Amino acid sequence: MIRSVESTGHHDGGQPSQSPADHGGNGHSAPQRFVRVRILRQDAPGEESYWERFEIPYVANMNVISILQQVAAQAKSRDGRRVAPVAWDCNCLEEVCGSCTMLINGRTRMACSALVDRLLDESADEIELRPMSKFPVVRDLVVDRGRLFHSLERVKAWVPVDDSYDHGPGPRISPENQEDAYPLATCISCGCCLEACPQFTKIELVRREDESADDFEARRTTAFDAGFVGAHAISQAMLFNGHPTGKMIADERLTALTSQGGIQMCGNAQNCVAVCPKSIPLTRSIARAGRAATVWAIRKIFDR
Amino acid sequence: MAQPRVLVIGGGLAGLSATMRLAELGVQVDLVSLVPVKRSHSVCAQGGINSVNSLTRQQGDNEWKHFDDTVYGGDFLQHQPPVKEMADWGPRIVDLMDRLGVPFNRTPEGFRDQRRFGGTLFKRTAFAGATTGQQLLYSLDEQVRRWEVEGKVKKWEFWDFLEPVLDDAGRCRGAICQDLVTMQFRAFPADAVIIATGGCGLLFGRSTMSMVCNGSAVSRAYRAGAWYGNGEFIQVHPTAIPGADKLRLMSESARGEGGRVWVPKTPHDPRDPRDIPESERSYFLEERYPKYGNLVPRDIATREIFDICTNEGLSVEKDRLCVYLDLTHVPRETLDRKLGGILEIYEKFQGVDPRVVPMKIFPAVHYSMGGLWVDYEKSSTGGLVEGSPRNQQTNIPGLYAIGECDYQYHGANRLGANSLLSCIFSGLFCAPGVIASCDSGGKKAAEESSRLFDSGLRREEERHRALLGRTAGDENPYDLHQQLGNLMTRVATVVRRNEQLAAAYAEVCSLEERWRRCAVSDSGNWTNQNVVFTKSLGDMFPLAKLVLKGALQRDECRGAHYKPDFAMPGIHATEPAEKRREAEAWCDRFEANTRRWLKSTVATCGPGGEPEISYQDVDTSLTPPRPRLYGLVGGEEIEEVWKNRKHAASAGVDAHRGPAAFAGATG
Repeated sequence: MIRSVESTGHHDGGQPSQSPADHGGNGHSAPQRFVRVRILRQDAPGEESYWERFEIPYVANMNVISILQQVAAQAKSRDGRRVAPVAWDCNCLEEVCGSCTMLINGRTRMACSALVDRLLDESADEIELRPMSKFPVVRDLVVDRGRLFHSLERVKAWVPVDDSYDHGPGPRISPENQEDAYPLATCISCGCCLEACPQFTKIELVRREDESADDFEARRTTAFDAGFVGAHAISQAMLFNGHPTGKMIADERLTALTSQGGIQMCGNAQNCVAVCPKSIPLTRSIARAGRAATVWAIRKIFDR
Repeated sequence: MAQPRVLVIGGGLAGLSATMRLAELGVQVDLVSLVPVKRSHSVCAQGGINSVNSLTRQQGDNEWKHFDDTVYGGDFLQHQPPVKEMADWGPRIVDLMDRLGVPFNRTPEGFRDQRRFGGTLFKRTAFAGATTGQQLLYSLDEQVRRWEVEGKVKKWEFWDFLEPVLDDAGRCRGAICQDLVTMQFRAFPADAVIIATGGCGLLFGRSTMSMVCNGSAVSRAYRAGAWYGNGEFIQVHPTAIPGADKLRLMSESARGEGGRVWVPKTPHDPRDPRDIPESERSYFLEERYPKYGNLVPRDIATREIFDICTNEGLSVEKDRLCVYLDLTHVPRETLDRKLGGILEIYEKFQGVDPRVVPMKIFPAVHYSMGGLWVDYEKSSTGGLVEGSPRNQQTNIPGLYAIGECDYQYHGANRLGANSLLSCIFSGLFCAPGVIASCDSGGKKAAEESSRLFDSGLRREEERHRALLGRTAGDENPYDLHQQLGNLMTRVATVVRRNEQLAAAYAEVCSLEERWRRCAVSDSGNWTNQNVVFTKSLGDMFPLAKLVLKGALQRDECRGAHYKPDFAMPGIHATEPAEKRREAEAWCDRFEANTRRWLKSTVATCGPGGEPEISYQDVDTSLTPPRPRLYGLVGGEEIEEVWKNRKHAASAGVDAHRGPAAFAGATG
């Protein structure tokens, strides 16, 4: 809900500070509006989560990031208690680094491109922020997405070049091939597709007191390897299997995609493609991977 | 002998290319980054990467011209040998990235497509849609992940670099870092440390830079004794999308693909821009710079846009400054194929389709040309000696800087699409020299006594504890940061005036004083972003001061550093003799100014934390500095006078050489 009260203060209208808009004190006091937000907080892994409510001065064109910046700056809950600032991840603020994924009004999306005006259209009362549910919470809205990057190792998402010495240009590539590959290459590793996937379930391990960091890491890796790789990794496998040099290890990627936690776990819910902020054709990648895996399995039988 | 171990701080293009090369050469690398390296700020680079290519070569281009465009665009403030080496490496770097799988746009025949960028007349820029930085970063991230699986690289993501560790001889032996999740401290013994942490846009509050670009790592190295070069040279990008949390970049490639900048001739014309006829529009860049048009170098485009809004009152909107950047005449299919990524950003954040309606844009802080001072070893052919431990080394032996956080490649103004090149180049090129340095350092850092690292650990733990205990202060770090950003944006960006700079310096000192009274609102010791931010804010003041002091002392205009009080206006006489006289006087003044100010600014951190500034000569041995005349009124006249002078000077040299020189010059 946006509430209006009288306020004499002026606020930054979102322009560079050379702008006269920053110095808009014309003597009139515009009514100050506020945005209400409730945030699901958690102090550390294994702790109970709890809701905290905040009230933030409304600014035109604001996004969820500017709400969280303001929450940090005022460090005060709506009922006036001093509270620790809410922790959250962000970096580029233009939806290309993939950091700021969270559940906003129940939907997984990027906080930077979630514009407040549109969120208020969805739920005029209050904006709700929760951490992603498929990854272990580190604190508040910060989650540990290490598993997401580990999946990229599993499917060998890289071009296996000999070295970085000069060997002339890469292979010739048709514009059609480039236009096919480019959308897949824009995956920002945000994890929205994993959050929305019914087959991708949370793996949260706690380091035992007598366990070394390396042992814990090894145990975690084993657990990750048993879980679903996820749509993002399947799509990356297809990206590299479509590249003239990348496909030289296509079989290794298909081996990964057909072993435990591989493509057979996909239940075809198609949520991934619906929530992808970059509109990557994930289901097309999954279909391609499925076909390639089948062909490859048959070929393996005959190759014996 | 034990294997060398190198610590790389920062995982953007520079840090990742250094890591990849070092791992390939057999070195064990620890890679420390504030964020997962795939989320580094390089991901925001849009337009492309420059190099001479087979097409431009046949149109008369070569590496020398790329070098020359770069130093001319940079107003000759860079040492020339490193720039020459970089331009020479350009083609093989783009080839390498091509091999790594970067999906560069293609011609119908399957070659890499190229577009034109600012400050050149050649189409040198290879690109992958409008997300070239993202694609380059990802391909390096993938290679580094490969080395991680091989066990050659260990990543430390969500870790903060706190200070370098120096031995009694002053050589860097590692660093102290902090885990941003558990808040634990750790010493990293290393035979060399490479800082690759990018720019310092957060000094200016909002900029086109990402939230990690706070300059803290560089500031910490500076306070440990590293020199900082050319700090006052900050690039303000002409075209950004104003926003409350960030000023989002609108790539130069929008103009490279035909985008036109204009304002209505009637101030604040209320009509829909599409209804304003051509005759009532001013395409002011094209009118004033017929040769380069909308692709004049960035410092010039920025000043023109700023000027038309502030001085001529022709801003599109009345209560905020902006001009139109118009792509609506370009076919939609071309836009989607070549600029899709950036147009989506505009559409997403502004809610307007830039394919249909002209965009509204305004300049924003974008890039730090200055950075940590680094050395190089010049080769006999005018480039660099590959494998020299001096290349990219700061004044602290064993401590290196690469990428945006070094000061070396862009002089007073960076040309578009040269940053991706300089980042990858400096990362790849420094690796053999870093290894040579590791081998020259005597015993390996891992064999050093723990005493060396303990004092740094204790100091950082103590600093952290003291900050955590500051719960009673009356200052808010986020408010202070906003004040610092507003101040720096007001006085130290497009237009600079001495009285404002001097006053701002005093104001930054008082902000720093107030920072000491900051209260932390989170005193916990788990993922405490509040204390980490407060710490990094404290690191911004020393950098802000060296930017301001460098700008205050430099009484001239050069590249991005513009002081109207010291500007050299064009020639306005019409009568030929008078015109010639003015041009002669202009060139006299230019020569005097070059003697006085063609110097690198070098800031060292004084005992009280105040910057001490000195100047070093710039190596201009490859091509002598000449007037930068893009679009200057009377520029042709000045150019003619200048050429005559150079001609006379070289004739004079020949005359002095006499017969011996003549005999020797038969080749």
